[in-house]
Amino acid sequence: MSDVEFSATEIMTVAASRLLGNGTVCFVGIGLPSTAANLARLTHAPDVVLIYESGPIGAKPTVLPLSIGDGDLSLTADTVVSTPEIFRYWLQGGRIDVGFLGAAQIDRFANINTTVIGPYDAPKVRLPGAGGAPEIAAQAKEVFIVLKQNKKAFVEKLPFITSAGFLDGGDAREKAGIPGGGPTAVITDLGILTPDPVTRELTLTSIHPGVTVEQVKEATGWDLKIAADLKTTEIPDAAALTALRDLQARTAKAHGQNAGGEG
Amino acid sequence: MALITPLREAVSSLIHDGDTVALEGFTHLIPHAAGHEIIRQGKKDLTLVRMTPDLIYDQLIGMGCARKLIFSWGGNPGVGSLHRFRDAVEQGWPHRLETVEHSHAGMANAYVAGASNLPFALLRGYTGSDLPKVNPWIRFVECPFTGEKLAAIPSVRPDVTVIHAQKADKRGNVLLWGILGVQKEAALAAKRAIVTVEEVVDELNAPANACVLPSWALAAVCPVPGGAYPSYAQDYSQRDNKFYKDWDPIARNRDSFLAWMKRHVLETEDFAGFMRVLGESVARETV
Repeated sequence: MSDVEFSATEIMTVAASRLLGNGTVCFVGIGLPSTAANLARLTHAPDVVLIYESGPIGAKPTVLPLSIGDGDLSLTADTVVSTPEIFRYWLQGGRIDVGFLGAAQIDRFANINTTVIGPYDAPKVRLPGAGGAPEIAAQAKEVFIVLKQNKKAFVEKLPFITSAGFLDGGDAREKAGIPGGGPTAVITDLGILTPDPVTRELTLTSIHPGVTVEQVKEATGWDLKIAADLKTTEIPDAAALTALRDLQARTAKAHGQNAGGEG
Repeated sequence: MALITPLREAVSSLIHDGDTVALEGFTHLIPHAAGHEIIRQGKKDLTLVRMTPDLIYDQLIGMGCARKLIFSWGGNPGVGSLHRFRDAVEQGWPHRLETVEHSHAGMANAYVAGASNLPFALLRGYTGSDLPKVNPWIRFVECPFTGEKLAAIPSVRPDVTVIHAQKADKRGNVLLWGILGVQKEAALAAKRAIVTVEEVVDELNAPANACVLPSWALAAVCPVPGGAYPSYAQDYSQRDNKFYKDWDPIARNRDSFLAWMKRHVLETEDFAGFMRVLGESVARETV
């Protein structure tokens, strides 16, 4: 155990990175997923294969990319292929172990919205849209989703399903003919949620140290189920924190302030 | 055969009001200079196509060049929203913008189908997403052999595709490398393709399997050094991440946007003029 202090965002990033096993082939979204995936590569999973939708396969960026097509991704990759090839041969071809996604909003069955808040034809907020997510969410063998937990993001009903999780729950995903296994973990700044094996409803199975169950429920727009054997998330070890902070410092130096995130 | 010609002439003779135009680039090699020239020439009623509309599409939309946008992700990468795009969709300013929205996999396949002279693209996609509910151009067909349900979307066949590349030779053959996105497919899907290049050289010396677009498959090649800025050209320039961040406050407000466009684009003669005035603006801020 270590008594190093860490922020809620840091434990979220470290917890997400720990889920990526060494050698995993991971299709990475920009922002929080990219931070966690690169942290995994720099710590316990040196042979993780990072694939970005712009074309780099086996990218090993020295700093976090600000955009999905930063030069560092291309210069450090094993190969760079075209975007159609990424989606046709590598994703649709069934070669992706883990799709690592962010989201603006999520519901209890881990469906995600990155399209609009409010009605589609008269949106209150127009979000960037789908990008690669619908097919990554559908075709990767499993999906990790990382986002901060609050009532605006964790909603009872999504205004728009951009990418499918378990749809209405149960076997709805399989019945719809979606090939990949779907979300296996949602990592937030408060804990880790995993789908119930039968109902597929997201359940709080791990809570970060210092966070109360009440806090997590308060940050969720539905009546969140809590696992009977709720675990406490292992605190980030000093090596991972150092690697994360070094990565972010290098990134800030390379891109200017506030870089390496989604905002 | 591609004519090596100034960008102004290529835009003037090859892009017409009402055309379907794709200015492609996936963060890398985005043809900003060509977008500016379209704005300077006041082209109207364009159907713009792009997987990842970013700042140059924000500018085209805010300046009223676009009637319709076919896309799969519209944002300022790593920064946030495209405020002019949002204003057009949310408030109809400067006029209503029709949107046709896809996923990246859908768009990438639609360009491949376009380049392949097929009427539609076929993919495993969109299942469980609400996109087919709001986009009538996403439909499903049955595999004639297995009965599997597959997504079908129309090919993208632009009147004009514009891309940026590193090099052309004197005959107008073009070589590009690095992150290539869908640019080759977009160029070959179009009736007319315009390529802006960093430089014109005697010989490309391209290795086998390199991405070369032969002169005879293109309509025009236009030397515009730095013409991807603030995007970049691998081995020639770096992405100016600061510009992407600086764009956010400029584009948030209609007046500051219009003033910026007037000073930097409408009142400059060409891309070199834009870069010169932008340099003056940046110097003024940092004094």
